[in-house]
Amino acid sequence: MSRRREFLLTLPPLAWMMAFFAIPAGLVILMAFRPSDLRGGVGEGWSLETLKALAEAEYLPVVWRTVWMSALTMVICVSLALPMAFHTVRVAETWRRWLLLLIVVPFLTNFIIRIFAWKTLLHPEGTLTQFLIRCGLVAEDVMLLNNAGAVLLVLVYTQLPFAILTIFAAAEKFEFHLLDAARDLGASPWQAFVRVFVPGVRRGILSACVMVFVCSLGQYVVPQFVGGPTDEMLANKITQRAFGDRNLPHASALAACLMLAVLVPLLIKAIVSRLSEKEVPP
Amino acid sequence: MKRSCLPSLVTLAVLVFFFAPLVMLVVNSFNASRFGGEWEGFTWQWYERLWDAEEVWDAFSITLKVAVVSSITAMVLGTLAAYALHCFRSWLQNLHSMLVTLPLVMPDILMGMSLLAFFLALGVELGMATIWIAHVTFCVSFVTMVVLGRLQDFDFTLLDAARDLGASPRVAAGKVLVPLLLPGILAGGLLAFTLSIDDYVITFFVSGPGNTTLPLRVASMMKGRNLPMIHALSTLMIASTFLLAALAFRLQRRYA
Repeated sequence: MSRRREFLLTLPPLAWMMAFFAIPAGLVILMAFRPSDLRGGVGEGWSLETLKALAEAEYLPVVWRTVWMSALTMVICVSLALPMAFHTVRVAETWRRWLLLLIVVPFLTNFIIRIFAWKTLLHPEGTLTQFLIRCGLVAEDVMLLNNAGAVLLVLVYTQLPFAILTIFAAAEKFEFHLLDAARDLGASPWQAFVRVFVPGVRRGILSACVMVFVCSLGQYVVPQFVGGPTDEMLANKITQRAFGDRNLPHASALAACLMLAVLVPLLIKAIVSRLSEKEVPP
Repeated sequence: MKRSCLPSLVTLAVLVFFFAPLVMLVVNSFNASRFGGEWEGFTWQWYERLWDAEEVWDAFSITLKVAVVSSITAMVLGTLAAYALHCFRSWLQNLHSMLVTLPLVMPDILMGMSLLAFFLALGVELGMATIWIAHVTFCVSFVTMVVLGRLQDFDFTLLDAARDLGASPRVAAGKVLVPLLLPGILAGGLLAFTLSIDDYVITFFVSGPGNTTLPLRVASMMKGRNLPMIHALSTLMIASTFLLAALAFRLQRRYA
């Protein structure tokens, strides 16, 4: 009876995810082993040609840039999110509600609109560029848009609320008396923060790191709209292969690479959290 | 004991960083200048133009339709999934849990691309139905997580009490379980609704010609010359986001 009930309850969501998530993902991986024909369609038979083509020099800098940009975004986001979460947890209840609302609003604002907002600010005739020129901080002919800096800035802008909310969730459970104890024992505020608070929320930090890194890896809208032609990330190449040259096997092979790149940090996180569970004091 | 003021300074700086671009959008939506570098006087004309832009309102109605239908479907599937995951332990649930959590970390582009390949392989025509399928697929996981969080706090002895008082399993579920879980289910649905309205990447892959959702429309307008109209549209969207978020906070406070 219970077995049948379990089956009936599980079937609809399981079947849906199987059909529209697992099978399509498997299809992409299979497609990476098909050759592409000259007209850009999917060729007959099976081959390793497409995978071999990935080793081309063209892709290596793109992969490197993708990893590098995501790592940089991760570091900046987490180092801003830590003090912010720290502050948000410690202010009075009413203030905290307001702060959380203010963190959530940019997070929920439409993604495309946030990118558009930065595009207009960084535009040569945009407010920020004009402001910086008037302050004498940058040269008249400065180009703030279409470079790696702009991509990094907007990546941080879109991922930062994620990092803050994740670390905030961990900081809420932190015993703040420990900080007072550290201060009583002679630690400076900085020492107390780095040696008591940071280790205390390390799980939150780890989750935030993995979250931001993984989400940045697959970005393609940000480089497309605010980056230049030399700032493309892996996902941009995938869209070009899929839509530009209609070369699905090639796009699939790149997508399979991206899948691997996403799974590695997740595995690391799973292993680290399993290890830290073991070392919990008795 | 003296507290360092550095964390509050960082917080302030980050909030300025968060809101400066949004505030500038709102200001520029009333600016007569086309590019918004300088203030050239107050105007309503961009809002008037937006009002007359039929292609924007068509996209808006498509977005709303997709969001309503997908969030309701995701709410039903997600609640079932959360309940099954919470109540049963078996190999089937291990597989189930993996299938439900993986989409949370799968980059949008991979999901869009794999669904496109899937639809092409089956020969399905791209359109509203494919957008709906795609949106439900990425929303289910989020709804499941929210409802699962609620279930962990749920007192299951209440169900036993209902059964002891003579309710059938079905009545107990309908009169006790679902009403008590409703805030969580609705919160999940609201999240799904927001995600569906927000999505650009996956929709870009699976929408055929002629089914343009609002984010797709805005993205194509960004390449054109109608920039001030996007300012006006963005202002309206930011205002509604703010109202919805404030409302959600209110609701949460009442049920917390």
